[in-house]
Amino acid sequence: MSYVIVGETGEWELVIGLEVHAQIISKAKLFSGAATDFGGEPNTQVSLVDAAMPGMLPVINEKCIEQAVRTGLGLKARINLTSVFARKNYFYADLPQGYQISQYEYPIVGEGEVILDMPDGTTRTVGIERLHMEQDAGKSLHDQHPSKSLIDLNRSGVALMEIVSKPDMRSPEEAAAYVTKLRSILRYLGTCDGNMAEGSMRCDANVSVRKAGEPYRTRAEIKNVNSIRFLQQAIEYEARRQIDVYEEGGQVVQETRLFDSNKGETRSMRSKEHAHDYRYFPDPDLLPLNLTQDYVDRIAAGLPELPDEKKDRFIRDYHLSPYDAGLLVAEQAMADFFESVAKGRDAKMACNWVMGDFSAAMNRLGRSIDNPPVTAANLGGLIDLIADNTISGRLAKEVFELMVETGKAPAVIVDEKGLRQVTDTGAIESSIDAVLAANAGKVAEYRSGKDKLFGFFVGQVMKATGGKANPAMVNDILKKKLS
Amino acid sequence: MTELTKLSMAEARAGLRAKHFTAVALATAHLDRIAAHRDLNAFVTETPDLAIERAKAADARLAAGQAGAMEGLPIAVKDLFCTEGVRSTASSRILENFVPPYESTVSGKLKAAGAVMLGKTSLDEFAMGSSNMTSAFGPVINPWKRASDPSVQLVPGGSSGGSAAAVAARLALGATGTDTGGSIRQPASFCGLVGVKPTYGRCSRWGIVAFASSLDQAGPMTRTVRDAAIMLGSMVGYDPKDSTSANVPVPDFEAALTGDIRGLKIGIPQEYRPDGLSAEISKLWEDGIAMLRDAGATPVEISLPHTKYALATYYIVAPAECSSNLARYDGVRYGKRVEGKTLDEMYARSRAAGFGTEVRRRILIGTYVLSAGYYDAYYIKAQKVRRLIADDFAKAFETVDAILTPTAPSAAFGLGETDDNPITMWLNDIFTIPTSMAGLPGLSVPTGLSSEGLPLGLQLIGRPFDEETILKVAHVMERAAGFTAVPAGM
Amino acid sequence: MSLDKDTVRNIANLARLEVREDELDHLAGELSNILQFVEQLAEVNTDGVAPMTSVCQMELPRRADEVTDGNYPEKVLANAPERIDGFFVVPKVVE
Repeated sequence: MSYVIVGETGEWELVIGLEVHAQIISKAKLFSGAATDFGGEPNTQVSLVDAAMPGMLPVINEKCIEQAVRTGLGLKARINLTSVFARKNYFYADLPQGYQISQYEYPIVGEGEVILDMPDGTTRTVGIERLHMEQDAGKSLHDQHPSKSLIDLNRSGVALMEIVSKPDMRSPEEAAAYVTKLRSILRYLGTCDGNMAEGSMRCDANVSVRKAGEPYRTRAEIKNVNSIRFLQQAIEYEARRQIDVYEEGGQVVQETRLFDSNKGETRSMRSKEHAHDYRYFPDPDLLPLNLTQDYVDRIAAGLPELPDEKKDRFIRDYHLSPYDAGLLVAEQAMADFFESVAKGRDAKMACNWVMGDFSAAMNRLGRSIDNPPVTAANLGGLIDLIADNTISGRLAKEVFELMVETGKAPAVIVDEKGLRQVTDTGAIESSIDAVLAANAGKVAEYRSGKDKLFGFFVGQVMKATGGKANPAMVNDILKKKLS
Repeated sequence: MTELTKLSMAEARAGLRAKHFTAVALATAHLDRIAAHRDLNAFVTETPDLAIERAKAADARLAAGQAGAMEGLPIAVKDLFCTEGVRSTASSRILENFVPPYESTVSGKLKAAGAVMLGKTSLDEFAMGSSNMTSAFGPVINPWKRASDPSVQLVPGGSSGGSAAAVAARLALGATGTDTGGSIRQPASFCGLVGVKPTYGRCSRWGIVAFASSLDQAGPMTRTVRDAAIMLGSMVGYDPKDSTSANVPVPDFEAALTGDIRGLKIGIPQEYRPDGLSAEISKLWEDGIAMLRDAGATPVEISLPHTKYALATYYIVAPAECSSNLARYDGVRYGKRVEGKTLDEMYARSRAAGFGTEVRRRILIGTYVLSAGYYDAYYIKAQKVRRLIADDFAKAFETVDAILTPTAPSAAFGLGETDDNPITMWLNDIFTIPTSMAGLPGLSVPTGLSSEGLPLGLQLIGRPFDEETILKVAHVMERAAGFTAVPAGM
Repeated sequence: MSLDKDTVRNIANLARLEVREDELDHLAGELSNILQFVEQLAEVNTDGVAPMTSVCQMELPRRADEVTDGNYPEKVLANAPERIDGFFVVPKVVE
């Protein structure tokens, strides 16, 4: 069922394209030797080049080129062997050069694609229009002084990739899935850490609405969206706003809007009121960037297994559902953890444990997969204990919680707590006999046809054995004794 | 000791090494002369204390036998080069109080070679001009005077006018210049000097206030060809901080001055004889051709058919780049600030107050030709014609080893003798701009005097990175011309 | 191309150059003159000619990904017309 918004004049469809700015992982900036670390004292990670002192010149960081190519390959995109850096000219307080070095007519990466994993387990393909490299601007602080804005250039010149999608998304959920998947791919590639809170991944959304079958209508660009949740909110708000405008007989104007996460609404950006004319032209301080096919091939050969391939392999080799596989591969460390647990074991059981109790504990404790509540080896050990009937599945949950609490190996806990499953037929038989003797009335009822009481007997036996009796054996012996 | 200022750089070098005089004495002689000739307004900033300090250090190295190639030689530095701890203004109000915490690569190389900086010389604001009249610190006076009326103050040319006046008036043995469309060669011609614009990429642009990045190039201005070779050798070289710096071997330019140009083919482009070229300049050129022939070189008529479009091409490309390069002067991190209620008002006021008329004009033109709807018609068109101009030269150099043309269409003109039309002023660079557009090395060598006794130069243009050939030819012409005139009273 | 006052006002705004109203006429005339001069390029046949953005015949040099610069805020801020606590300062920007 496709996503539509029902207005007074009928159903409206959304058209969404996203421009994601992803900070390239590199030690130094795109065109200078200053550091890229987050959170330094103001204007410390700034070179004379980044501060645009007179006569300063850019020299490109080779790592940033490699990262952009890597990302392009990860997006199954065309790598342009010649690309050109251009100046995008505009004035802003945190743009020291008065222009941003970017790529315009000739970006380093052309068309590619991202496959979205939707919550219902289906997939959708979103086209990538292009990827280009550019410099980040500095940071303006507007709330530190009553009449001044303060400028910190630490970010000035940090390398960004602007990844532009085609207007292929049709719902806020698809937009969210796109950003999620893109972030996953970038993290797998090691080209961007995807940290939206620190601003290393930022998103602008181009949103328009239309009636089914219409050509595209005018779009608005929403800036400053710094979380996936806000992205969904911003798109929904903006779509409804545009529908209201149309249904009240108005026209949507092409403009830049800002998402206010406190109010949950978008508003026109006054500072961008003037029509921009960026006067792009090739940067005469730089030369065209030429790559060899050999260079690109070498980078391609070094790419890791990416989420889509991994997902396919998990479905194929571990017989996981597409939904489970999609969730497991979203983070590489999670996928690796799963594989360690699943190796030589029942993959479905491993998947259930990783996605179930393990993930729940991780979330509850605020831990991450890099600092997991139990190790993969211990979780695997727990599954082994279930598989060889040392403990029951029910007891395993208790053991798991103790593992989280104590960090001990499951076998140690089982031994210490005496939780080892009772599989001695004699012991189970005597427990059953005692239960049946104590409940003669219910035995009679059962035998006269009240089948439901079987569960009662099982429960009583388990209770009597402290939950340690092997449930399958209890079932078998009970059946025989009651027949 | 005033005689010390009459030495050539090569002579001073020999004198220092022979311990005939000290670097401090040499620097002092020049500093005294600078103080005595402030009426020329050649310097924006004099650095006498720094000069003496460096001269002392030079004497120490000379004594220790560790002399660099230019040890103890006093020079002036165009105020477009950023110099650490010494204010660097680009002759603009907007940088009036700017003290760079860094040294440009070229001035740093000269310093490392032992050269002693005497001060920073005036220029047309941001190197935009051909008369030095656009400097925010007032015009520079050419030490040369017309025979008929010595009271008329003449311009030194531009944009490296302060450097040219300083060297011509013996205030320095040599000076750095920068050349975007003729800013070394035209003032060299106006002041009777040798001025070399090297191949684009030969000298690092790092630390030189940018005017038009694809054209700007530093070079020496000296009184002899040998001096130019000496100084050029200490300015050039690959700089990893400049992405357009060429990683090519640095030759021994002085060794190229063999005096032997036999067998060289020298192109004489017919297009450099526009209607209205003065008889004086025509004759200068003919005399130059004769000198070459006498020395055993072969003049060859060549055609550079797109020459006439170079000026128009330049006045699209250079302003376009300048409009972007000068955007950084916004009153935020350095430079002049005029407060405003809003950020944009602060920008607009600071820039209006900080930039002079010619700079503003070029920023506006450059902004226009890059703007939406006009980019293809102006900027892209100009870049295409630029290629045709460069191709003309490449084709010519298939058959010739160097090209000889006049440097400028006239001798130095008077301060008040220009009209209001900026294009008239731009025509000064009509012969130098094509070389710049093609990125080729060019130099101006003085070979004669006008009827008014003013120096006139001829331009030699070489193949990319073949400064050696044009220096060699210039050296022969210098000797043939026997150019010994000095400004009256010098 | 002949520029009118509005166009001059617009490009002056793009270039962030304050221009007085009484300067506009003169500037429009002057800039129009210059444009007319450069428009002689229209007569050059440039069909099939690739634009020349650089005369350099070399590959774009690349730097290694190493932190070699920065960490000198005093140098960066030394020439600032106004500074507060290590920041540059501008009139308050309202977004």
